[in-house]
Amino acid sequence: MSTTDAAEESSSSASTLRRGGRRFGDSLFSVLSIGSGLLIFLTLAAVAIFLTNESVPALLASEELAGFLSNAEPDFSLISYTAPYIFGTILAAALALAMAIPVSLGIALFISHYAPRRMAAGLGYMIDLLAAVPSVVYGLWGGIWLVPKLEPLYTLLNETLGTFPTWPGFVPWVGGEPVVALFAGDPTAPMNNLASASIVLAVMVLPIITAVSREVFLQTPRLQEEAALALGATRFEVVKTVVLPFGRSGVVAASMLGLGRALGETMAVLMILAPGATFSFHILEVGRHQSIAANIASRQAEASGVDMSLLIFTGLVLFVLTFIINAIARWIVARSGVKS
Amino acid sequence: MNVRSNKIASLAALGLVGGLALTACGGGSSSDSGSGASDSGANGGYAELTGNLPGAGASSAQAAQTAWTETFMGLVQAEGGDLTVTYDPTGSGTGREQFLTGQVQYAGTDAALDEEELAASTEVCNGEQAFDLPVYISPIAVVFNIEGVDSLNLTPEVVAGIFAGDITNWNDEAIAADNPDVELPDLEIVPVHRSDDSGTTENFTEYLSETAPDAWTHGPVETWPISGGQSGDGTSGLISTVEGGNGTIGYADASQAGNLGTAAIQVGEEFVSYSAEAAAAAVDASPREEGREENDIVVELDRTTTEEGVYPIVLVSYLALCGSYADSAQGEAVKAYASYIVSTEGQQVAAENAGSAPLSEELSSEAQAAIDAISVG
Repeated sequence: MSTTDAAEESSSSASTLRRGGRRFGDSLFSVLSIGSGLLIFLTLAAVAIFLTNESVPALLASEELAGFLSNAEPDFSLISYTAPYIFGTILAAALALAMAIPVSLGIALFISHYAPRRMAAGLGYMIDLLAAVPSVVYGLWGGIWLVPKLEPLYTLLNETLGTFPTWPGFVPWVGGEPVVALFAGDPTAPMNNLASASIVLAVMVLPIITAVSREVFLQTPRLQEEAALALGATRFEVVKTVVLPFGRSGVVAASMLGLGRALGETMAVLMILAPGATFSFHILEVGRHQSIAANIASRQAEASGVDMSLLIFTGLVLFVLTFIINAIARWIVARSGVKS
Repeated sequence: MNVRSNKIASLAALGLVGGLALTACGGGSSSDSGSGASDSGANGGYAELTGNLPGAGASSAQAAQTAWTETFMGLVQAEGGDLTVTYDPTGSGTGREQFLTGQVQYAGTDAALDEEELAASTEVCNGEQAFDLPVYISPIAVVFNIEGVDSLNLTPEVVAGIFAGDITNWNDEAIAADNPDVELPDLEIVPVHRSDDSGTTENFTEYLSETAPDAWTHGPVETWPISGGQSGDGTSGLISTVEGGNGTIGYADASQAGNLGTAAIQVGEEFVSYSAEAAAAAVDASPREEGREENDIVVELDRTTTEEGVYPIVLVSYLALCGSYADSAQGEAVKAYASYIVSTEGQQVAAENAGSAPLSEELSSEAQAAIDAISVG
């Protein structure tokens, strides 16, 4: 008896919900979703305002503005302080991408088109797991385990490609310098250099690029693939003529996601790299490079006043840099989308 | 990195503190039991202590502060009190800032409060000035990693020359002259510095600039002045960099030196290895900084001393306290905690956990007198 009562009650309340609640649910949902959308804007705006606002003391005290505005003695130059870190950030991220993209594409294609189904599932799971490892752990692994292992490789590269071949002496600017300048210089152990940091960064961005590329490759229209096979294409030709062109914009988007992570990565760089502020391309040399994010992390503990403001200014620069790179990525994706 | 996560944790804790501190204010039933705490231990009169005591500051003294807060809270609890003492290693500058804005009740700092800060302190210190007490003396060791070399004698000029980059090989004559018994290899010297801003760097460079001004021309600095070269983030980062290379040399808190070789430094005619006693002797041999209040104990380290058995590369970390606390519960808690820190027992705890050098009895009793003079309520 009581069960029927309860059933009746619940059915009637359900119908009330359906009748009167429908509108309420709809409006609640639309408020929630609009709110969430706005929240993103607000958060972004809050960060931007914070960065800009807190950078003002550094801007006012800088060589670029202080001499201009008043007679105050300028403490530092914003450009010469920030530029080497921008260079270091971009170089590290670019090297990481250069290493990670080919490997990621290989893994993604293997999973989507070559591996047996069960193996593909397992492999995909492992890649996702790799993405979940915190960067501190990567930093520890890189700093303690990987760096000593890389030493023989670096020495070899430095002694071979780092010295030979060289540009002919009559070439201006670089005459007599090694052609592969990346490996030149004078590395000293332990190899806490940009190359080590980039390798660890590459490992970190690998799962992101792989996961996104894999999803895109799996979306390739089955009919197109089968048509290619019917025309006598080998599996490699199918990949080359159907899968890759179809997935190109997706791969670009994936790489940009990876680049975003590489640009902003702090902990791993901080723990591996022995920093320095120069524009050197010698990635095996220690104490030549530093990324913006790692510099902020290493200096913020003891910074106060204008020094803190200066660090926040570099944060603003990184913010803008990431913004620009995202815009470029969107432009590339949009353009290639139109083409196909 | 745990510095950063601690920061978040203690921020959260601070939020709680706000609520609890209010409760603590109401029940501030305090007698003058606080000063009795100097008699270290059994009858500390800790039973009345309640509430929260947040502090922040230098990361150099973090290990010692952690040991102090934990053992002190244990003592209080054993007597039936309920006090939570926290220390947030935000760095000296931030710690002083938070202290002067009243966010924390005490601060740890590698540099004593300056005149401006002392003047500003009256606002949060119930009308009286804040003051500094030396509580943590830590020798800075010159550590090296050279295959086959266990001991080294170095003069200040040689140390400065190495870190300035003028002496570049271990078989340099300047090094060999003081090490007749050591077979020095033909090996490149790799100096390793701290990549982050650090009180250790500041004390080390201050030592170099005072003892070898010709070889070290960069002055005392918190940020390593020479671009490039090997470095490590934090003491542990520096140690692992020194360990990871061959022919490396660096400077670090002596308690963290581990298995690395440590150099004996020339003082007067002798070469002195670091030890807790030699570091404490350096502080004792140094005069007090002039122009400060009686209770504001700041040591002007005499780096150029030639006295026997003194190891002059030391870092002194201070405790900044208010001369007066409006909230009596908090005031009593501060007095009890500070008394514990400067007591023989507290200093022993720091020596065991952080490898610091205990304060001399004279300094300890002077500090205790300054703590007793804090007015409460």
